Amino acid sequence: MIQVELPAHLRTLARVQSTVELEVSGPVTLCSVLDALEAKCPVLRGAIRDYGTLKRRPFIRFFVCGEDWSHEAGDRPLPGAVAEGREPFLLVGAIAGG
Amino acid sequence: MSKVRVLAGTRKGAFILESDGKRDKWNVSGPFFGGWEIYHLKGSPVNPDRIYASQSSGWFGQQVQRSDEGGKTWSPVGNQFAYDGVPGTHQWYDGTPHPWEFKRVWHLEPSPTDAETVFAGIEDAALFKSTDGGQAWAELSGLRQHGTGPKWQPGAGGMCLHTVLLDPSNPDRMYIAISAAGAFRTDDGGKSWKPINRGLYSKFLPDPTAEVGHCVHHVAMHKSRPEVLFMQKHWDIMRSDNAGEQWTRVSGNLPTDFGFVIDVHAHEPETIYVVPIHSDSEHYPPNGQLRVFRSRTGGNEWEPLTKGLPQENCFVNVLRDAMAVDSLDECGVYFGTTGGQVYASNDSGDNWTAIVRDLPPVLSIEVQTLP
Repeated sequence: MIQVELPAHLRTLARVQSTVELEVSGPVTLCSVLDALEAKCPVLRGAIRDYGTLKRRPFIRFFVCGEDWSHEAGDRPLPGAVAEGREPFLLVGAIAGG
Repeated sequence: MSKVRVLAGTRKGAFILESDGKRDKWNVSGPFFGGWEIYHLKGSPVNPDRIYASQSSGWFGQQVQRSDEGGKTWSPVGNQFAYDGVPGTHQWYDGTPHPWEFKRVWHLEPSPTDAETVFAGIEDAALFKSTDGGQAWAELSGLRQHGTGPKWQPGAGGMCLHTVLLDPSNPDRMYIAISAAGAFRTDDGGKSWKPINRGLYSKFLPDPTAEVGHCVHHVAMHKSRPEVLFMQKHWDIMRSDNAGEQWTRVSGNLPTDFGFVIDVHAHEPETIYVVPIHSDSEHYPPNGQLRVFRSRTGGNEWEPLTKGLPQENCFVNVLRDAMAVDSLDECGVYFGTTGGQVYASNDSGDNWTAIVRDLPPVLSIEVQTLP
């Protein structure tokens, strides 16, 4: 099971306690994980990616195995450790004051 | 005995204040949606326990929440606001073309006759309508596409459609206002629109009397006289007696006629309220004195209302949607400040009390008078 960690505001919005566990059929990529996350938690549609373009919202970042994947291509396969659930996929709100 | 429910949208969540008809003791609940900007909440006149809230965040975008239990519980509804067709461009601050982009919902206006119908005024300026309780939203694109859109420009707060007034006597007539484009009216339920800005004068425009481009801050109407409109423009208090066809300046003896809010007494259609602000670059009251000004003559002659309001060292602002009235026999008047206070008067403005004092900056105030 893929483990997705959400920032606190999105956990509240999606009414999930901690990590969201996802099954992804086919290649495990940025896009397929986000598609599965939005399918499981429809309220997150529009909160992570733009509805129309599916572009990442500017103040959202993706961290994977200690690396910033925010600017990676959506179809790039995620590392095996994430695909196998040994490492979480981190969805982080950018540090931007507020 | 009647009850009053005050809905406060703030920079960091929503709050609900409730009192009985005496309006001397208030129960405060919240924050709801803590940490999110709540630009506006408003209840349905048909079903007062149905309340809509605009919840937004620079990180996570727009949500619309709906309560069917008077604010006790909430559920997210639809948050997709897709412009109809290719959105095109409006003017940027320097006059260059800038693409239309959805930012947030500024104002939610429930229908006075159907609890499932609600309108949303958004930034970048457009009007949306839902007929299923906020689940799906469709743009009334005749407004944005009627021809003047490329001349609209953002004010300091963004290019927002912040005012939606529904004519209670004519379901086909609506007024909206945009900063900085002006006021507009439809007489066919939102299919076609016309600018209604004749009489407005704005020095920041190349042509100060242009058809569009005016920075209208708020417009108010009394439901018994929907053809009479009162406007707080960037500068100037204006009124129209013919559904916006012509506007007349009624600033009169105000110490300054810059400001954001304007509202009308619940039972006296010629009694109106404003909160004068020093200037457009100093968003605080003149001389550090927070004063509501009341006109009982529909403008021109104004009296300061100060009892219970801070009269020294007060440098808060009162934003455009942050004043409302209740409809009890002795009309209550309410406003919220960027300092987090919500002030209320239960005697038409003669005396004021802070019914809550240390909220996050208040973005909007609405009031429900409940049986």
